[in-house]
Amino acid sequence: MNFLRATTRLAASPSNFLLTRRTALPATSFAVRHLSDSTRKSIEDVLSKNKLVVFMKGYPRQPMCGFSRAVMQIMEVQGVDLDTLKTFNILEDEELRSGMKEFSSWPTFPQVYIGGEFVGGCDIMVNMHQSGELEDLLVKEGIVEPEPQENPRASS
Amino acid sequence: MSSEEGPVATSIRSTLTEVLKPEAIEVINDSAKHAHHSAMRGVTSKETHFRVNVISDAFQGKSTMQRHRMIYAALKKEFDDGLHALSLNTKTPEEIGKLKAAAAAEDA
Repeated sequence: MNFLRATTRLAASPSNFLLTRRTALPATSFAVRHLSDSTRKSIEDVLSKNKLVVFMKGYPRQPMCGFSRAVMQIMEVQGVDLDTLKTFNILEDEELRSGMKEFSSWPTFPQVYIGGEFVGGCDIMVNMHQSGELEDLLVKEGIVEPEPQENPRASS
Repeated sequence: MSSEEGPVATSIRSTLTEVLKPEAIEVINDSAKHAHHSAMRGVTSKETHFRVNVISDAFQGKSTMQRHRMIYAALKKEFDDGLHALSLNTKTPEEIGKLKAAAAAEDA
C-alpha cells in the first residue's frame, strides 16, 4: 500500500547496527548548564507520554529550516500523521532550545525521540530511513502500522 | 565563489584532523544556503553551516550516533562560537571500500 515507504528502503543495505542507542553518555555538556530541574522534569514527562517527539525549528507543516523539513518529509513518507505528531518549535522557547542541547548532549536541531530515547538528528534520520531501520523502529513502537505482507491473496 | 577557506572551516578541519587522524576529510561551507532562514536573522557570520565528510579508522565499531557525538564533542568550541549546523558523513576506510565494491558490482 505504502509504496514510497517500501521503496525508500535500499536493497541490500546492512542494518546490523540496528538501534544502537546512546550508550553511557560522556559527561560532556555543550553549554554551561541551562537545564533547570523543572525543565528537565517537563521534558521527561513529554517523552514518557509520547512515543514520537520532534524538537525542531518551526512546525510540521511549516518547518523553518531545511533539516527540520527533511525530517518532516521522512515522517510523512513513513505514514506518521503530521497533524497529531508531537513537536516543539524550539525557536519560540529559548529555555527549551538550550535545555534540549544539554538534555540530549547534542548541539543541533532537529532532535528526534522515539520511545523516549534520543535517536538522532537529520543525517541519522535519513540514513535510518534508507536502511529501513526507521520503519522497523516506528512499527516496533506502534507509531505506524506494519506494511501488509506482499501478495496476501493468491487469487481474486 | 572563492577558494579561500574561512577561519571556522580551517578550525573544523584542523581540530578534526587532530582528533580523528582521518584518511580523508572534506569541509564544505553551506552557509549561504541557510542564510535566509529565520534562526539566522541578525547573524552576520558567513560560516554557520557546513557539510563535513570524514573517512577515519577512529569510527571503527561505532554507531552513527557515536561518530557524530565524537565530532560534536571535538567541535564544542566552534559551536560555542557560533557554528550552527553540521551535515555529517562519517565512514571508515573499510566501509568506503565496501561501498565502492557494491557500486562496481552494480555497474557490471
